[in-house]
Amino acid sequence: MALLELRNVSKIYHLGGEEIRALDDVSLDLGNGEFVSIIGPSGSGKSTLMHILGCLDTPSKGSVKLDGTEIASASQRELARIRNRTIGFVFQFFNLLPKLNVVQNVELPMIYAGLNSRERRERALQALDLVELGNRLKNRPSQLSGGQQQRVAIARALVNNPKIILADEPTGNLDTHTGELILALFRKLAAEGRTVILVTHNPEIAAVTPRRIEIRNGRIADNVDRKLAGLDRIVPNAAPAVAPA
Amino acid sequence: MNLFNTIVIGLREVWAHKFRSLLTMLGIVLGVAALVAMSALIQGMENGAREAMVAMGGADKVLLRRQAVPAYQEHLADQAPGRTLLDAVALRQGAPLLREVSPQMSVDEVVLTRNDKRCNPAECVGVTSAVIEMNLHRLAYGRFFNEIDEEKAHAVCVIGTGIRDELFGKPDEQGRAIVPLGETIYLSGQPFTIVGMFEEYLSEKDAKEKALRLAGELPKVESGGPKRMRGFGRGGSGGWAFYRKNMTVYIPLNTAWMRFRLAGDKTGIPDNRLSDIDLKVKDFDRLEDALQQARNVLLVTHKGIEDFTFETQENQLEGIRAQVKNYRLTGGFIAGISLLVGGIGIMNIMLASISERIREIGTCKALGATGGDVFVQIVVESVVLSVLGAAMGVGASFALVELLTTLSPTANTPIITLPAVLVGVGFSAAVGMVAGLLPAFKAASLPPIQALRYE
Repeated sequence: MALLELRNVSKIYHLGGEEIRALDDVSLDLGNGEFVSIIGPSGSGKSTLMHILGCLDTPSKGSVKLDGTEIASASQRELARIRNRTIGFVFQFFNLLPKLNVVQNVELPMIYAGLNSRERRERALQALDLVELGNRLKNRPSQLSGGQQQRVAIARALVNNPKIILADEPTGNLDTHTGELILALFRKLAAEGRTVILVTHNPEIAAVTPRRIEIRNGRIADNVDRKLAGLDRIVPNAAPAVAPA
Repeated sequence: MNLFNTIVIGLREVWAHKFRSLLTMLGIVLGVAALVAMSALIQGMENGAREAMVAMGGADKVLLRRQAVPAYQEHLADQAPGRTLLDAVALRQGAPLLREVSPQMSVDEVVLTRNDKRCNPAECVGVTSAVIEMNLHRLAYGRFFNEIDEEKAHAVCVIGTGIRDELFGKPDEQGRAIVPLGETIYLSGQPFTIVGMFEEYLSEKDAKEKALRLAGELPKVESGGPKRMRGFGRGGSGGWAFYRKNMTVYIPLNTAWMRFRLAGDKTGIPDNRLSDIDLKVKDFDRLEDALQQARNVLLVTHKGIEDFTFETQENQLEGIRAQVKNYRLTGGFIAGISLLVGGIGIMNIMLASISERIREIGTCKALGATGGDVFVQIVVESVVLSVLGAAMGVGASFALVELLTTLSPTANTPIITLPAVLVGVGFSAAVGMVAGLLPAFKAASLPPIQALRYE
């Protein structure tokens, strides 16, 4: 059984009497340890799909099963719990809380999970070691570079040991080199058995992932746009900037 | 998510916007300072009033007052006997629920003279020894009157220290103790020998000041130049009671009768009516019974004419309480308005604060914060603001009380009471909580996606 099962999922918005189908009858399976990118032009519905995958939103129609749990009918409270325990978010703009220092930011999801302070500290330090930021514990986010901030955000996404890492344009605000380092980190996480989902419109990023899902007009496209997916850049016999896992 | 973490995060939020938080708290600070300081002033007034009441004889003293005969006895008015020694004797023997009966015959318009000095006492009264217990006097020097003084109507008197100050000088100024036992003073021209003197009665505040002055920590009383009165009357409300008590001259009851009343007044008719009969009951819990008993006795001696009434200190206590309650209500109302305005300020700032933190709230929700977590967080932040404000307000109230006592000194030391502080802090916390509800609800009900994408 797949970790994530989407069956005939639609998301319909009503805007001034007009019906907008942001997602139209999408079915999708994602397994454990998959490294996937979701691509598509803006307005295609990829953000909506990401919100549903991340349990930030529920579909209008269809069923979403995460680890066997039905999301479509879950309460806000249950959704919050799933977001807390099962999903780790990484955002384009890092979304670190500016008033908290690095450790406190990483501890935040564990506070919502109700862990005691000793365990929080221990696990936060482990996660920060993993992203090689064990030396910047007391810094504020504003004192860190973009890449460092994103690594803190990844540490934060990891502390509750989620099965899914959901990253929305994680390299969008970083320079190429830093972006590559972050991608390498994601690849490592996927290799450890976590499902990593990258949402992006950057072909270079999409090129890194073994599986690419393209959304077009609210549907999953049958054939991936090679250019958008960055496939045309892969020269046979030449390794990409970051080799696929 | 436990409360401690929530409070820590709330404090951090307040600390992150120090100046804004301070301004927000100002309403609460002022409100609490006003509340606590006002209640301290009122407490001081109340204490002063109670002190004065004790100086006048304590709570269990009952005054037997003269009263115009009721309407249905109007035709008997000219036969009303007034309060006489007969009443006192009858009460002593016929009303066992009474502990003390103190008949008093005042001598009006007495002038005390000694050599070139003169003064008018607050009261010059012929009394029995019951008056000591009745008015809570304490004899510091000499003796009080005995049966022989009474029977022979000796020309002896016991004076308060105020009289001594006027006729013999103040020990403070003379720098030595002055005990005028055995000296002769003239009461409206008649020579009397001083056989006793009471101790000096002081309000708590005056007593403290005097102790300090003796210890040399306060400057000696300034001499020369006209003395200015500060506050109300002689050292504030309550002070007058001590002044009166110190300006007392007592003579034996029989002496008052023989020397000042028997010869008759302007009309030539001797007036044997007493000016006062004070009572003390044995058991304060049976006050009503005791008064009924006394009333029955007096109806006999007064031939059924009700030309008397009882005035208990209970009535006076009631008066003090009513007054204090009024002050409290007024002050509480004003402080309440101030706190309300402070609460509105907090609500305003919390609303502004959440709308600038919408993305943060979205992030927290994405990380697993429930609506409840966010709600509690915002309410706690609001309460933290208001309680911090209240704490500062309590601090400010001490300064305010200090300032008020300097600007307008009264005899009643303002006292900051714990209940007032607790009420102030508690009320502020409640205001903060209520003010936080709406912003908290708004924040908690934000959909996570919209919050995350908010620019």
